[in-house]
Amino acid sequence: MWDYSQKVKDHFFNPKNAGAVAGANAIGEVGSISCGDALRLTLKVNEESEVIEDAGFQTFGCGSAIASSSVLTEIIKGMTLDDALKVSNQDIANELDGLPPEKMHCSVMGREALQAAVANYRGEEWKDDHEEGALICKCFAIDAVMIEEMIWANKLRTVEDVTNFTKAGGGCAACHEDIEGILERVLKERGETFDPNAAPIEAVVMEKKPLTNLQRIKKIEEVLESLRPQLMADGGDVELVEVVDNTAYVNMTGACNGCQMAAMTIAGIQQRLMEVLGEFIRVIPASQMPKVAVAAGG
Amino acid sequence: MSDIYLDNNATTKVDPLVVDAMLPFFTEQFGNPSSIHKFADGVAKALKKARQQVQELIGAEHDSEIIFTSCGTESDSTAILSAIKAQPNKKEIITTTVEHPAILSLCEYLEKEGYTIHRLPVDKCGRLSLDAYKKMLSDQVAIVSVMWANNETGTIFPVVEMAEMAHAAGVMFHTDAVQAVGKIPMMLQDTKIDMLSISGHKLHAPKGIGVLYLRRGTRFRPLLRGGHQERGRRAGTENSASIVGLGKACELALEYMEYENIQVKAMRDRLERGIVEQIPHSFITGDLNNRLPNTTDIAFEYIEGEAILMLLNKAGIAASSGSACTSGSLEPSHVMRAMDIPYTAAHGTIRFSFSRYNTMHEVDEVLKVMPGIVATLRKLSPYWDGNGPVANPEQAFQPTYA
Repeated sequence: MWDYSQKVKDHFFNPKNAGAVAGANAIGEVGSISCGDALRLTLKVNEESEVIEDAGFQTFGCGSAIASSSVLTEIIKGMTLDDALKVSNQDIANELDGLPPEKMHCSVMGREALQAAVANYRGEEWKDDHEEGALICKCFAIDAVMIEEMIWANKLRTVEDVTNFTKAGGGCAACHEDIEGILERVLKERGETFDPNAAPIEAVVMEKKPLTNLQRIKKIEEVLESLRPQLMADGGDVELVEVVDNTAYVNMTGACNGCQMAAMTIAGIQQRLMEVLGEFIRVIPASQMPKVAVAAGG
Repeated sequence: MSDIYLDNNATTKVDPLVVDAMLPFFTEQFGNPSSIHKFADGVAKALKKARQQVQELIGAEHDSEIIFTSCGTESDSTAILSAIKAQPNKKEIITTTVEHPAILSLCEYLEKEGYTIHRLPVDKCGRLSLDAYKKMLSDQVAIVSVMWANNETGTIFPVVEMAEMAHAAGVMFHTDAVQAVGKIPMMLQDTKIDMLSISGHKLHAPKGIGVLYLRRGTRFRPLLRGGHQERGRRAGTENSASIVGLGKACELALEYMEYENIQVKAMRDRLERGIVEQIPHSFITGDLNNRLPNTTDIAFEYIEGEAILMLLNKAGIAASSGSACTSGSLEPSHVMRAMDIPYTAAHGTIRFSFSRYNTMHEVDEVLKVMPGIVATLRKLSPYWDGNGPVANPEQAFQPTYA
């Protein structure tokens, strides 16, 4: 079973705004029945102020699809259409205290339903710009279609190229066989042969140097800073204690300290850090920091 | 009410008698069965007894036809890889579209290596066509691998007949019988089956123990080479405690065979009848007249399986689903797709699989909560309107990129 956060479970077991809104003037229908997730979002928009006065959802899908739909309606109620359009899928996932990587598409579906509904209200035609493939890289949630497109567009030849362009394969490396499989197929279509020992593309090698520890720490601080408002809203905070290689040790303070959700929050921080840094990083409570690391890191 | 476990095709509880039989082999009789001292004294004898217990359950002619492995997957891989290594000139394999990933993934891999894989399709009831099968058999085929019973629907395939046909064509026959062994009687010595896979944890033995049945005289190439264990056919120090446990579990399975096919079947029948009678737009999948006695797979239209499982779990009931979401893949179960079950139903399939530990009382408890769970989710579904599906569901709701 998935490791769902309490918030996902809350929204699934007690969904908010389920059902269609009566007198809706904005409707968005997105999803894919073959993939088992589809959502109809209905909004009642005030025609003068463009404020979303009511929102309702009908979802065919799993626990996280229903939870994402539910939390989306809660987020956007009372927003103007312009503000609502700024809601990202990451905002939806964050509001749920994170989603497993295999389930991030549920939050994407929520955002797209919103875009489709707004387009419907404004009399525009909404076209989705994404085609989803099988999830390949679970560390960074990158699917096969994305990898294949990048291979075609940038004439990629090696797993390292793919990692540099998409981040796929840059974490635990378990998906490298799958990435090689995609490379083999695309290169064959291009009339080339996959060579696992080929040199990576020059330009990328130049610009993609591993982060120095100082750069890494600075970036981690930036990410924590950006997440701080959310934590503080729940009465908590986070403090970076030490960075040793690819491990960041943090103190969860305030309400986060001893909270049952701390582990979930830490997992969310780790996910965000990996996305920004583009490399694998572990986030571990400072209380679990080995003594040697303290000495070496000092 | 204590929790209700109806996911016995996924794995089973180890029988307490099996645990008792195993315990001495962790502490007192922990010696290596190959050693010559009193710590190993009883181990070799116990392994021999276990081998005979397995032999008896499946009706093998000789106990030396039983090779202990680590799991069903190892047995499957050993069988197929042995057949192709022993017959390097034969480059074709016959299997079905509804096999377990232990077979399908291996075949996909071999396909990349240049093998031709023939995958027998199934009809809407999950049945194979023996005519289509016959056309695939030739002297180019290294091995046929067809499951005895399907893990999702419980549908039983005519493997005894298919093995006869393979034998007549001079082709080796393997069957992945992990779901069938212990649930239906078998007498391998009267068949032409060359190899058969067993998984211990599907019949109340522990996880991490399996068996490959290898008919005497079948050409064989080991997967693991090394010591002389299992007569050199599967090297590696024996998992003695688990082997003893599997032996005991096989003895018990034989003892309960009639119970399984009468009482357990009665529980399964009562549950599925109760569900389809009470819940509109639900139907049983697979070959209804030819199934394992313990398995039912029911499609609930217009809702999704993982959501059903989460609500069942909240009610203390464990089952499993063929939906895409439970596995993290994008497609619903390949078995449902192979049977051409529509997407709106395939994503909402729930498998209930029983064991001798279940009770009629538990069946009644499930029947009490199931209609409410389905109704709750249908209320959220864009395909559902009040008391029934919307008119022309496929047209009424057409999401972008469907």
